[in-house]
Amino acid sequence: MRLTLHIWRQKSPTDKGRMVPYTLDSVSGHMSFLEMLDVLNEQLIGKGEEPVAFDHDCREGICGSCGFVINGVAHGPRRGTTVCQLHMREFEDNAELYLEPWRAAAFPVIKDLVVNRSAFDRIIASGGYISVPTGSAPDGNAIPVPKQDSDMAMAAATCIGCGACVAACPNASASLFTSAKISHLGLLPQGQPERHSRAVRMVAQAKDEGFGNCTNIGECEAVCPKGIQIENIARMNRDFIAGAAAYREAQAEAGAG
Amino acid sequence: MALNPRTPSGPIEKRWDNAKFEMKLVNPANKRKYNVLVVGSGLAGGSAAATLAELGYNVKCFCFQDSPRRAHSIAAQGGINAAKNYQNDGDSIYRLFYDTVKGGDFRARESNVYRLAQISVNIIDQAVAQGVPFAREYGGTLANRSFGGAQVSRTFYARGQTGQQLLLGAYQALERQIDAGRVKMFPRTEMLDLIVIDGKARGIITRNLVSGQIDIHMADAVLLATGGYGNVFYLSTNAKGSNVTAGWRAYKRGAFFGNPCFTQIHPTCIPVSGDYQSKLTLMSESLRNDGRIWVPKKQGDTRPPQQIPEAERDYYLERIYPSFGNLVPRDVASRAAKRMCDEGQGVGNTGLGVYLDFGASIERLGQQAISERYGNLFEMYERITGESPYKTPMRIFPAVHYTMGGLWVDYHLMSTIPGLFVLGEANFSDHGANRLGASALMQGLADGYFVIPYTLGNYLASNPLDKVAGDHPSAQAAKEEVEARVRTLLSIKGRRTVDSFHRELGKLMWDHCGMARNKTALDGAAEKIRALKGEFWQNVNVLGESSDLNQSLEKAGRVADFLELGELMCIDAADRNESCGGHFREEYQTLEGEAMRDDANFSYAAAWEYTGEGKPAALHKEPLTFEYVKPSQRSYK
Ligand SMILES: Cc1cc2nc3c(=O)[nH]c(=O)nc-3n(C[C@H](O)[C@H](O)[C@H](O)COP(=O)(O)OP(=O)(O)OC[C@H]3O[C@@H](n4cnc5c(N)ncnc54)[C@H](O)[C@@H]3O)c2cc1C
Ligand code: FES
Repeated sequence: MRLTLHIWRQKSPTDKGRMVPYTLDSVSGHMSFLEMLDVLNEQLIGKGEEPVAFDHDCREGICGSCGFVINGVAHGPRRGTTVCQLHMREFEDNAELYLEPWRAAAFPVIKDLVVNRSAFDRIIASGGYISVPTGSAPDGNAIPVPKQDSDMAMAAATCIGCGACVAACPNASASLFTSAKISHLGLLPQGQPERHSRAVRMVAQAKDEGFGNCTNIGECEAVCPKGIQIENIARMNRDFIAGAAAYREAQAEAGAG
Repeated sequence: MALNPRTPSGPIEKRWDNAKFEMKLVNPANKRKYNVLVVGSGLAGGSAAATLAELGYNVKCFCFQDSPRRAHSIAAQGGINAAKNYQNDGDSIYRLFYDTVKGGDFRARESNVYRLAQISVNIIDQAVAQGVPFAREYGGTLANRSFGGAQVSRTFYARGQTGQQLLLGAYQALERQIDAGRVKMFPRTEMLDLIVIDGKARGIITRNLVSGQIDIHMADAVLLATGGYGNVFYLSTNAKGSNVTAGWRAYKRGAFFGNPCFTQIHPTCIPVSGDYQSKLTLMSESLRNDGRIWVPKKQGDTRPPQQIPEAERDYYLERIYPSFGNLVPRDVASRAAKRMCDEGQGVGNTGLGVYLDFGASIERLGQQAISERYGNLFEMYERITGESPYKTPMRIFPAVHYTMGGLWVDYHLMSTIPGLFVLGEANFSDHGANRLGASALMQGLADGYFVIPYTLGNYLASNPLDKVAGDHPSAQAAKEEVEARVRTLLSIKGRRTVDSFHRELGKLMWDHCGMARNKTALDGAAEKIRALKGEFWQNVNVLGESSDLNQSLEKAGRVADFLELGELMCIDAADRNESCGGHFREEYQTLEGEAMRDDANFSYAAAWEYTGEGKPAALHKEPLTFEYVKPSQRSYK
């Protein structure tokens, strides 16, 4: 098949950037979307043009590296699928495709389709963990976890941190991402001690990073390649309110003597 | 130089405890004065960086992805082993040790493997406490399954995403330390050389992949946890960025490379579909628990699988290996598939594929049960191939998956360069000539959480180090070499892309140093790879500049190192005149086509020393002795 691609080309974070058209022939339906871009890039190099930069690594839909917007939809037309797992058989012959990077103030463009998502790491660093230093754990079966809770925690934990939810949200909110971690840990008995302080800290960090508020539009859930559900956001809000009411600054611990 | 593996003596079950007791400790107040570099943020690097920071060391951690959470460990699907014996089915530390030594075809160090089995139980406890959502039974206890090559259920799993969940546990622990200011994280940063001063590892040279800036980082010790080098074959199940550069640079600075030719070819991957293919996708081995492998009995049978009656199917693993059946170890399963295809019984357009059929299990257990177990894998298969495994058998073929070889390390995980430690898949240690399923995650986390915190402390406490700074001539020289190399790559402006060289190298490796090897082919391949390397440095075309994100430049540096590694792999494979585990030399096989080891002559780990550009690498041998598990021919019949 034959494709017309309009791809966002931006040399550097300060460059203005623009859409550039390319045509590509003999695309096979068995190619993944990224393999199609590999073919384009090989041709560009042959012509002495710099190849299109895009993030990718596992190409199995699990590392969360890849992601861009195809014709207005984050990760493209197939639900529950990252661009690396999207195959060209999803597209018609002679299709015209527009490829753009995630657009969000908190995700500045680095080059072409590559953006800086380090804000997500800082949200996790602000509280997305259980404080358990190595070596201090009890036996694995000492903490029974109801299967249902465990399954729900797992469903939230499958977030790959790709950023599609932010890109799809008109407010560029990181609520789906943040709430997935708050739910994963908050649903487990191990996560209870820090449950409320975690929610308070992570929500505050997301705000500081410049992500918007959630206004229940639901675009995030629609584009999430891992099917993370919006009910996590309700859980986050509940934990945040409980946490905000009970929040106290840490006290000094050293005693006399 | 004589290799000293520093393995402790005494009864095997006491060795690690005794070794730990004898190790020197660093005073808690002094730990923050030590600077430690951890290159890699996968299971091995992430767990090490977090744990060392918790202990109080001053840590810098590096990865080439945009976040430590994206290290290739994230892709592991099937599970992690631990000798918990929660299922009461006869497992024990000793049995896990025994299975792993045997599974590795008697080419691993007994002391290491025993320690790994011991530590396995602590890993599960740690991961559970971190909130890793392992599968559970209705009563709330942890669930297990059996996994390729094991007859007990000792594998812990989180759906088909065990690596992801374990890595996120380590990543979260790491982020906690980053927030506390005890780890400084450098994402999108690639290590391009090692700084060695007075014979000790004292720092690294890195390139910031966004700005192109080349920096010097000095330290008291350097830990490499940079993963495996399966991408030397171009097509593999590894992530696209996985590479050997860090290890290879260390090799050229004096670290010996152990058993480079020991490669694992995984039996259950989705077959290649065309020339544009950029990577191969693994279908978890756990599928072999419920899927039956077969090919048509008739050669060149082109009927769709549903139309081939039972009597005309050859369930060859069940036929040849009645007691292990579809669960034989990976090397055995892969070779059997190759043999079937070589004999013309392969399926699919290319004839390079065998069926993995769930029909019988779906009939027995119902579609619901199968979908609960493997739903996500079936979906992935369908997305890639356009076929549903619920309706038609999967087509699978072996693919390069894991590298047992890596930098040689002693019992302390230290390489032949003092102060350079190597963890996880990047080292050569615990899996011998073949790794059993669900044991790489175990090894990576054992190294990072529970071994290195002791052995690193011992090194620092027993080796007073001079203060050195980045203006040291060795550091400056290393930096200049890296800068020169980058300049050269950008200035060649030849006619071939980096990928075209990588593909050609990969094909040479797969054809001659893949599932079946022989002396003549290996010698020829080494020769061709040398020539290809020569052409690369004359004719590669890398566009763009070094002062911004330049993915072609990154790839070029990695492929340049793969070209050198590929040659050493062929040399190592040609030198090992026996078949063992994943290393199958056609000249050395039994009448039935099974691997024939030569314990009298090859019971050693090969450690190769770099002796200079254009000079042959020097072979050192670490003899392997087996006091507990007596070498026997592996039989899975
Ligand atoms: C598809 C797949 C499925 C698997 N399933 C299983 C399984 O079910 N069970 C099991 O036990 N094992 C499994 N394995 C094997 C296992 O996942 C790996 O062996 C293991 O995760 C490797 O971990 P690691 O920490 O050593 O390296 P990696 O996770 O590969 O991490 C390497 C790190 O090093 C960094 N790095 C590399 N080079 C440089 C450099 N030059 N400069 C800076 N940083 C660098 C990377 O950025 C990364 O952070 C699987 C492997 C694959 C490919
Ligand atoms: S490349 Fe890893 S999720 Fe797409």
